[in-house]
Amino acid sequence: MLQIKNLHVKLQEEDKVILRGVDLNIGAGEVHAIMGPNGSGKSTLSYVLAGRDGYEVTDGSATLEGAELLGMEPEERAAAGLFLAFQYPVEIPGVGNMTFLRTAVNAQRKARGEDELSAGDFLKIVREKAKTLKIDADMLKRPVNVGFSGGEKKRNEILQMAMLEPRMCILDETDSGLDVDAMKLVSDGVNALRDAGRSFLVITHYQRLLDHIKPDVVHIMAAGRIIKTGGPELALEVENNGYADLLGEVV
Amino acid sequence: MPLARVKEDALAARIAGLALFEGGWLGAARADALARLGAMGLPVRRDEYWRYTDPTALNAANPLPANRFDDSDEPAAFDAIDRLKVVFVDGVFDAAASDDLTLAGIEIERLPAAGAAHIHWARELYGVLETSGQTPVHRPFAALNTAFATDGILIRAKGHAAKPVALIYHHRAETSDAMLHHCIKLEDGAELTILESGPAAARLTKVMEVDVGSNARFHHIRLQGRDHERRAATHLFARLGQGASFKSFTLTANGRLTRNEAVIDLAGSDARAHIAGAAVGDGDFHHDDTVFVIHGAERCESRQVFKKVLKNGAVGVFQGKILVKPGAQKTDGYQISQALLLDGASQFLAKPELEIYADDVKCSHGSTSGAIDETALFYLQSRGVPRRAAQSLLVLAFLAEAIGEIEDDAIADDIRLRLEGWLNRHGAQG
Repeated sequence: MLQIKNLHVKLQEEDKVILRGVDLNIGAGEVHAIMGPNGSGKSTLSYVLAGRDGYEVTDGSATLEGAELLGMEPEERAAAGLFLAFQYPVEIPGVGNMTFLRTAVNAQRKARGEDELSAGDFLKIVREKAKTLKIDADMLKRPVNVGFSGGEKKRNEILQMAMLEPRMCILDETDSGLDVDAMKLVSDGVNALRDAGRSFLVITHYQRLLDHIKPDVVHIMAAGRIIKTGGPELALEVENNGYADLLGEVV
Repeated sequence: MPLARVKEDALAARIAGLALFEGGWLGAARADALARLGAMGLPVRRDEYWRYTDPTALNAANPLPANRFDDSDEPAAFDAIDRLKVVFVDGVFDAAASDDLTLAGIEIERLPAAGAAHIHWARELYGVLETSGQTPVHRPFAALNTAFATDGILIRAKGHAAKPVALIYHHRAETSDAMLHHCIKLEDGAELTILESGPAAARLTKVMEVDVGSNARFHHIRLQGRDHERRAATHLFARLGQGASFKSFTLTANGRLTRNEAVIDLAGSDARAHIAGAAVGDGDFHHDDTVFVIHGAERCESRQVFKKVLKNGAVGVFQGKILVKPGAQKTDGYQISQALLLDGASQFLAKPELEIYADDVKCSHGSTSGAIDETALFYLQSRGVPRRAAQSLLVLAFLAEAIGEIEDDAIADDIRLRLEGWLNRHGAQG
């Protein structure tokens, strides 16, 4: 599904190298987790994959089902099936959440040569999916993320994911700012989307989220590289011992 | 040359070719206006209220030529609304194109016809609000208009008008110079909607005086014509009685020069005045909103919401003032002026002012200018919305607060569509 080879990235404005040769291979239907200390490059990896400005890829490649992502516009990556759930979902005053969702769904359908959803069909689908995430009608009407609590914003990200039905979902610290109940709700939303044709990359600091979203593979990232890969037990090791031991091993 | 002399000479040149209507109540009102105008002269750039807008083209004896804009790609303004049409072509009433001027709930007459009488209700309004509006700053083009306006409409609403009255302005001649003056009086408890649309002329000078009686409700929606080369100076003077409601929204797309002045006097307690504008300009576009809201009684509410989208060196101006007079306690005043600059060449000049002489009031004002939020743009793109469509969506979102002041949802939707059309033609990117 997602194949990253020897990815090197630096900040465009300053000469600061963030990723120093990331290799990652996520198969269809797999859930991978990336853990790592602050500043290790986890969020940068997610932004670079989604196509955010401000980064310069100096080497390497990233392909989604064989298609090279790095030359595409962000909207082309979305149409190709990539989705990034933001660590800090953006507030957009003046744009209603429903309008936003419908514009996004129809833009992707159009890019894939499919017919746009009618207003009625769209409404039916969005209401159904919103209900399972406990997103009420009022939240759908309000401007995108404006005045939403931390938990509401994250639930709204998962709603977008559910509506857009991407093949490759990247969750950037989706657990940050969530209480226990909200984490369960969000995780249930993610788990409901798991299937053989859809893969996930879950970026997190804490093992707790991985109790809810059970990964197949866990990677540890440090200083712009993946330094260790293992099964779910690796996340427990981090939880118990911190990163120091792992970082020590490498050095 | 001393300033006073400059102004006198400019005025003499400006009015040399204009005819002063004589006789009747209107003749007297015009003579008074001419005297006011003589005392103040025409504006120059050195005047405080004209620092950001060059009045030269408005002062000139003859208008500069302006091509017409082909708007055949869009449905006519307010076409879906059942309305009484009053049509002016280059500032002259067009009887053939207009509906019969009768409508349940209101009396409607043309200014030239009504002006010859000795007694007329409009005598208490024509030039009267304009005169009050000359303090504390002069508005010479309003006085010029009162003295020389060649046409206009007088409306007296006694109850609920059966449907909106649409003033439709066409521009035909390349160098037309129109001067229109409308007076609108809403008796206590009356309700009326005025729709205005079209460019009117190569150069337009307009005054609308609106007297909103106790508990009366006045709505005003204006689409200023898209002829890019036209120049316009418009004035809206309103006085609100106790419990009265006044709502005005203006959409301006294109225009070499637009100066929209408004003076709103909340004279009765518990009155409510909202005035809003959305302006979009590309290139040699200059748009000036100069607004003065006076809180003269207790418990009144006012809102000023002005948003401008500017690109390719377009210029936006906002001069907005709230005056809270002594005794106008529990005033709730709000003013926001914002510009979205789509490139580094465009500019927004803002002068927000508050002057408060009461101690138990709530007044807030804000003024900002900035570029499109790149983070929001990326967020939308990451959801699959193409960059150009995302930019348009964000521009419309920026204008949303102003459009939100329109009460009629169908009209608000129509205005959004027109803005989308403009953005498609001009692009939301810098």
